[in-house]
Amino acid sequence: MRTSRSILTALLILLPCLAEAGGGLKVVATTPDFAALIHAIGGDGVSLKIMAKATEDPHFVDARPSHIVSLNRADLVVESGADLEAGWLPPLIEGSRNKELLPGGAGRVLGSAGVRLLDVPEVLDRSRGDIHAQGNPHFLMDPLNAGIVTRRLTEHMCRLDPASCPSFRENLSRFERTLDERMLRWTAALAPHRGASIVTYHNTWRYFAARFELVADTFLEPKPGIPPSPPHLASVIGRMKQTGMRVILVEPFQSRRTAEKVARHTGATVVDVCQFPGGLEGTELDYFALMDANVSAIARALGGAGPR
Amino acid sequence: MRTSAIEKRGPLPLIFVGTTVAAAACFAVFGASDSGQNEGNAHESATDTVDAQGVPDSAIEPRADVTLATGASGRNYLKLSLTGLTSAGSSSEANVPALQLGSHDPSRRGFTIQNAELVLTGAVDPYFTALASVVFVESPEGESEIELEELYATTTSLPYNLQVKAGHFYTEFGRLNAQHPHYWDFVDAPLSHSRMFGPDNLRSTGARVSWLMPTSFFSELSLAVQNAFGETLTSFGSVAGESVFGRPIVDRSVDDLGDMLYVPRYAFALDLTDNQTLLAGASAALGPNGTGPDGRTSLYGLDLFWKWKSPRAQQGFPFVKVQAEGIERRYRTDRPRSMFEDGAAYGQVVWGFRRGWTAGARLDRMAGDAGPVPDPFLEERTRSSVNVTWFPTEYSKLRLQYNHDARSLFEDANSVWLQLEIILGAHAAHKF
Repeated sequence: MRTSRSILTALLILLPCLAEAGGGLKVVATTPDFAALIHAIGGDGVSLKIMAKATEDPHFVDARPSHIVSLNRADLVVESGADLEAGWLPPLIEGSRNKELLPGGAGRVLGSAGVRLLDVPEVLDRSRGDIHAQGNPHFLMDPLNAGIVTRRLTEHMCRLDPASCPSFRENLSRFERTLDERMLRWTAALAPHRGASIVTYHNTWRYFAARFELVADTFLEPKPGIPPSPPHLASVIGRMKQTGMRVILVEPFQSRRTAEKVARHTGATVVDVCQFPGGLEGTELDYFALMDANVSAIARALGGAGPR
Repeated sequence: MRTSAIEKRGPLPLIFVGTTVAAAACFAVFGASDSGQNEGNAHESATDTVDAQGVPDSAIEPRADVTLATGASGRNYLKLSLTGLTSAGSSSEANVPALQLGSHDPSRRGFTIQNAELVLTGAVDPYFTALASVVFVESPEGESEIELEELYATTTSLPYNLQVKAGHFYTEFGRLNAQHPHYWDFVDAPLSHSRMFGPDNLRSTGARVSWLMPTSFFSELSLAVQNAFGETLTSFGSVAGESVFGRPIVDRSVDDLGDMLYVPRYAFALDLTDNQTLLAGASAALGPNGTGPDGRTSLYGLDLFWKWKSPRAQQGFPFVKVQAEGIERRYRTDRPRSMFEDGAAYGQVVWGFRRGWTAGARLDRMAGDAGPVPDPFLEERTRSSVNVTWFPTEYSKLRLQYNHDARSLFEDANSVWLQLEIILGAHAAHKF
C-alpha cells in the first residue's frame, strides 16, 4: 500500500513536467484543408494538430487517443460538420473534457456554417447510400467557400487571441488578395472546357464543378459510400462512350485500379487529384498549391481529351 | 445458470415482440413530438410523421422544421438507433448454452436473436450527456427478456480534467467488458469474459471518476465504485441461490463501504508511428462475494490493443489489429474458508484485408480451480476461432465463424455460426 502511494505521489509531481508547454493559439483541425486555412491566417505562431491524414478517407478516421490529448489542450477545434466527422469526433470531444469544445462553445468552429451546402437530400433513406442529411460536406473545393470559411476562422481566432488579431487580419487580406488573383487564373484555365463532363469516384467534386461550370454528376460509386459494382461500371462506361466524357478523377484513398479499368474501356484519362492539402506532392498546408495542382491537372486532362 | 436449450417458440414471433416493444418505447419517448419530418428510420414508425414511402418527395420540406429525435446529427435533441444481431448455425454439442457461455452468444442449434438494442443518446444540458440502452435478448429457453442494459450520465464540464459517469453501466475493466456486441470482432464473447464476469459481463449501478493526466501522451486513471450484488456480478455478490465454485451464494446485507465493488484502472496510448497506435491498460476489481460475510474477490487484468491502418485507407481499410486480455481471479470463500484461484485470457488478430472485408483469428483459454462440482462455467477449456466478415456498409455486416472447443469435462465441440447485424438510425461513433 505504501509503495503504491509513493509511486502515485511521484507520478503527480513528475507528470506536469512532461506536459507540453507552448505559447500561441492551439488549434486542432479535423481535416488538412481547414489546417491549411488556419496556417494561412495564423502562420507559425499557431500550434496546429491535424486529425485526418490528407491521403485517407475523411469519413473513416480512427479516434486515436492522442487526439483526445490534443483536444484537451486546444483553444479551438475546426470541423467540417454536415456529418463528415460524425463517426469519430464525438467520443474524442467527450474524452477531451474540454468544455470550450462542446457544440456551441467558444472553441468549436463548424466549418460548414455560413456556406450554402449543395445536395441536401429531400428524403433521408439509407437505401440511397450514405447520404449526408445536411448536404455535401466537400465544400472547400469551391475557392469562394474557402474565402468564406477563412474569414470566419479569422473572427474566431481574433476572439481567442486578441493580441495577435492585427497580424491575423493582415494575413487574411493577403489570403483574400491571393485568392482573387488565383480565381482569375483558375477560371481562365478551365474556361475553354466550360460545360465539359467529368467522372469522379465519389461525389466530392460537386462544388468545384459548380464554380468552374463543369458537370460532375457521373460517379464510379453506384451510390455514396457503396463500392463500384461491375453492372454499375458497365453503365458508366456506356454513358462515357455515348457522351464523350474523357476524364476520371481519383483521390489517394480511392481505388485507382477501378478508375484505370474504366479508362481502358473508354480511352479516358485518370487524373490524380485530392481535396486535401498534402494529398498531392508539394501541397502540404497550402490551399493555393493544392488548387493549382488540381486545376492544372484537370485542365490538362480536359485539354488533351478533345474528340479524337 | 443455463440448463438446456428447449425451444418453446420460434424466433419470428419474438422479432415481432421485440419490434413492438421497441416501437412502444419510441412512442413513450416521442409521443409528445409534433414535428413532421422524417429524418430517422426508427423514429418514423413511432411518431405521427410523414411516411417516406407514401408521400412524394416534393411534398416534404426537409429543412423546414426540427425533429425531437433523429438518426442524423444536428437539428435534434436525441440520437436514436436500433441494432439487431441475429445468428444461425449449429454445433456438434447439443447443449449449446453449456458451450456458449455468454448471454449474447448464439444459444441454440438453428436461429438465435443475439441482441436487439435500442440506444438513445444526447446532451442533457451544458453539464451532462446521457446514454440509455434497452436490450431485448432471447434466452436459451426461448423466452424473451427485456432489460435496461445501461443508463448513465457523463459530465462534460468538470475542472482539472476530471470526468464523472454515474448510473448503471458496464464496468470499465479491460477493453472488451464495456463494449456492446456491435463492436465485437467475433460472433461470441470470449470464454475469459463469460467466466470472470458472467454471461452478461460485469455491470452495475454506481459512479466512476476518471482523470486525463497532463502527460504528452494519452494517460488516464479511473476509479469506479459500484454495487457489488446482483445477477451481473457473478464473481462478486451475485444473487442468493446461485453457486460459484460449488459454494452457495447467500443473502448478505451491505454493511459498510467494504461491501461495494471498487474498480481502479490505468490506461495509456502511444502513437508508435503515423500509422500505428498502441493502447494498453491495467485494471483491478475488488469487492465482497456472496459466500458469506468474509467472502472477498479480487480480479486483476491486463489489456493490450495495437492497430495499424494504411495511410491511404478507404472507408478505414486496410488495417490490422491485435488485441489481448488476461484476467486472474482470487476468490476467497466464507464458511468454510478457502481460496480458489483461476485465470483466463484471449488473444485475437483481425485483418481488414480489403474494403469491407475482415478475417479474424482468436485463441481463448480458461483454466484454474474448478470447485468440487463439474460446472461448464469452470472446466478447463480452450477455444480456437476463425472468421470472415463482410460489411456491405457500416450499417450492416455478415459474419461466418468456426469455433473449435477443447474441453476437459465434456466432449470437444465444433461449431459454425453465421451472423447478421443491422443498424437503423444513428450509427454510434467508434472509440479507439
